[in-house]
Amino acid sequence: MSKKAIMNGEWCKSCQYCVKACPQSAISRGSALNKAGYEVVVLDSEACVGCGICYTVCPDYVYTIAEE
Amino acid sequence: MNVIKQAPEIMYKNNQFCAGCGHGITYRLIQEAVEELGYKDNHITVLGVGCSCNLNTLTKGDKFQCAHGRAAAVATGMKHTKKDTLIFTYQGDGDAGVIGIAETLNAAYRNEKITVITVNNSNFGMTGGQMSWTTLPEQITTTTPLGRDCAQKGYPFHLPEMIASQFTHVAYVARGAVNDSKNIRQLKKMIKNGLEAQVKEEGYSLIEVLAPCPTNWNLSPLQSLEWLEENMLKEYPIGEFKKRGV
Repeated sequence: MSKKAIMNGEWCKSCQYCVKACPQSAISRGSALNKAGYEVVVLDSEACVGCGICYTVCPDYVYTIAEE
Repeated sequence: MNVIKQAPEIMYKNNQFCAGCGHGITYRLIQEAVEELGYKDNHITVLGVGCSCNLNTLTKGDKFQCAHGRAAAVATGMKHTKKDTLIFTYQGDGDAGVIGIAETLNAAYRNEKITVITVNNSNFGMTGGQMSWTTLPEQITTTTPLGRDCAQKGYPFHLPEMIASQFTHVAYVARGAVNDSKNIRQLKKMIKNGLEAQVKEEGYSLIEVLAPCPTNWNLSPLQSLEWLEENMLKEYPIGEFKKRGV
């Protein structure tokens, strides 16, 4: 069982708070746009350790932390 | 798959705040605390006027939209008639600290058993970024294009310090910030303390939240966090000004 972050990119507003806060540098800027026209950040699931800091700093409820 | 952390169910859709706005984090923390205290189905959010109005469409829970600045007075009336319901106001600094200062202070003076949560982003955000009492010295806003001249326009207003120093009988007064994960966790504890003070009938509680406003500060979200850390945290120190049970 390992903890991972799961993203809902449609709610992302590209503020990049998670990119700055991720201690594993598992989140980076992306170029793909969501329906609202924001550049959705990219989550590297392999590097993610599920610490939940992205959930804490995200103003838009993009992240869910789950045990797989 | 076992979900460990997820935004409270009550917030069923994405918020309509600007990218990087601190309101989204603040209201999520409030709802987390409300759920943890067991008041998920028995609470009322009393909304002030300002960017906080966006919460009208964000959540499914009970809400009341007050006239500008009157949230503390409305919450007082609600609490007197619904003593078992968790009632808290959600206001901006312009609503709780400027236009509604009379209601905020009178509720604190009477030690009403309500919780006031006020988000300080140092300007009137929804109306286009005008100067507020909390605007910092030299800060440029749409009504102070040359920077706030404190000799002419007054000095930054410290609401929590004022209430904690003047009304020593209130239950809990604190200021937190949403600039990083450490401060966000600390703020969650403050909000929970404030709501718990109401649940245990200790009295009035107030929590001010320092939040970034990238749109009206004319900065990117990440730049606005830096600006908050370099400027707002110096003018408005975070911490507990009145602890519970002291």
